[in-house]
Amino acid sequence: MGKSQTLKKTIIFILCVFLAILSLMPFVIMIVNSTRSTTEIQQHAVSFIPSKYFSSNLKILLGKSFNPAVGFLNSLIVSVGATVLATYFSTMTAYALVVYEWKLKNAFFSFIMAIMMIPAQITMIGFYQMVYKIHMTNHLSMLILPAIASPSMVFFMRQYMKPALSLEIVQSARIDGAKEFFIFNQIALPIMKPAIATQAIFSFVSSWNNLFTPLILLTDQKKYTLPIMISLLRGDIYKTEYGSIYMGLTLTALPLIVVYLLLSKYIIAGVALGSVKG
Amino acid sequence: MKKKNTFSYARFGYFFSLPFLLAFLIFSLYPTLYTAIIGFTDLKGIGNTTIHFLSDPFANYKAILSSPTFHTAFGNTLKLWICNFIPQLALALVLAAWFTDNRFKIPGEGAFKVLFYMPNIITAATVAILFYSLFGYPMGPVNDLLIRFGFLKEPYNFLVKKDIAQDIVIFIQTWMWYGYTMIILISGILGISPEIYEAAEVDGANGWQKFWFVTIPNIKTILLFTLVTSLIGGLNMFDIPRLFLMGGPDSATLTVGVFIYNQAFSGGYLYNRAAATSMIMFVIIVAVSALLFYVLRDRDEAELRRIEKQQIKAQRKKMKEAKNG
Repeated sequence: MGKSQTLKKTIIFILCVFLAILSLMPFVIMIVNSTRSTTEIQQHAVSFIPSKYFSSNLKILLGKSFNPAVGFLNSLIVSVGATVLATYFSTMTAYALVVYEWKLKNAFFSFIMAIMMIPAQITMIGFYQMVYKIHMTNHLSMLILPAIASPSMVFFMRQYMKPALSLEIVQSARIDGAKEFFIFNQIALPIMKPAIATQAIFSFVSSWNNLFTPLILLTDQKKYTLPIMISLLRGDIYKTEYGSIYMGLTLTALPLIVVYLLLSKYIIAGVALGSVKG
Repeated sequence: MKKKNTFSYARFGYFFSLPFLLAFLIFSLYPTLYTAIIGFTDLKGIGNTTIHFLSDPFANYKAILSSPTFHTAFGNTLKLWICNFIPQLALALVLAAWFTDNRFKIPGEGAFKVLFYMPNIITAATVAILFYSLFGYPMGPVNDLLIRFGFLKEPYNFLVKKDIAQDIVIFIQTWMWYGYTMIILISGILGISPEIYEAAEVDGANGWQKFWFVTIPNIKTILLFTLVTSLIGGLNMFDIPRLFLMGGPDSATLTVGVFIYNQAFSGGYLYNRAAATSMIMFVIIVAVSALLFYVLRDRDEAELRRIEKQQIKAQRKKMKEAKNG
């Protein structure tokens, strides 16, 4: 028993190490190659020793319409905006579903569950035509405002709020003369902080990584978000500049990797939490 | 005093859900209806927004459903999804079973979880172009490794072979998603009461039997949730196939998402055809998510009914007590 158990454990451990290497390897190659010259990469595409072409790769990259600073800033505006709106208004909608008794409440909740799974991407033609008609195609607000209606986040917030927020607290605040809106902002929101933090991370990441919607709405280079910038690397202008392509990829992936590793504890816990509640 | 108690707070329920409702009407419902309408019209061409209904309202649908390119795209989408979902789920299940087995603890478990999930958080656009570079010809990293370890004599051009291109997309999808599925399954397995496992152990069940007869039936709902969300995501697959090989070679990685995009936004400006395709996918997705909705709703409602019954019982008891007292 003991021997076969140890053997099993060893096999599992080796498999896990293999998968871990598989997760890391592409990014390691990417980061190292971003410091190597195109000639070096052509001779040996895999190396674990960084070279000294970091700045020249960067120069070539930035010389050709690739402007990660602009993309970074636009992505930041969109992601922060969408995340703030989504978390605030989803909590507010959940509050309406948990705290108040109203006639259409159950119907509204069923409705939210019904539309939760429908991806925005599938009705993009109508969305694009609507935005085009009102001449808002190059406005980042069109990527931010739809976040106010995030059905799956409302669902999550409601499931979290139900046991977390006691109606007695709301009641006693009312007796103290607090207005409903004040109670929501000053009492409900702080109680919801852990749920908001979890959802904020995922909202931010999905907004940050979104390619489809910005690709369709944004035609002005000054408005490009980071994923569109990345898609430029696939274009002909970088065809033979391997070092610069890796540099561009590294610039977009490395910040995410660093932030992820710093917050990994919360992110992993958040994924697990989402599944239990959902 | 009594008046204050009967003061209705109901209107605040409507008031607080108003922003959600407005945003939904403008940014979701209207575009959905608009897409449905465009599917019946002749809307095409850049900058054109005037629409005329077709004499045969289903002409676009007929054209799409009989289009060989759409058939290819739909077949690819299903194939890419199925071939990535099965290994993804199998790997996630096995890892989840190991990571939750309390008979042995794998060293570095936490670090493994973090690393397995990592590819999921990286921008799909970055991942797609990174893999395009990794499989580069003649001297990409994959070729370099295969030659150095003696598996290949000379560089091989992977990306012009249809099967290999599909396999790589399948690999990328599996690689990006098995960690996510694993974490979800782990949390599901941890939610199972340990008493059930103890009872199974008393009955003499071995590890495999416990997994098959205790773990799997108890995470059925989560498995269904995973299946449905993955299917919906798979039907919309866009970023990876679009940026990895632009749907090529020879439409081998053309998915419905890329097909819709190509119809409407690169070259053709056939908004009507793209809208019709979208609505076909919309119907499929609604049908699939309705399945999940019913399963989840049943569970929620059953719970609700139980609570209600208890409340009624408690109330009756109170009334009885009041009467007696």
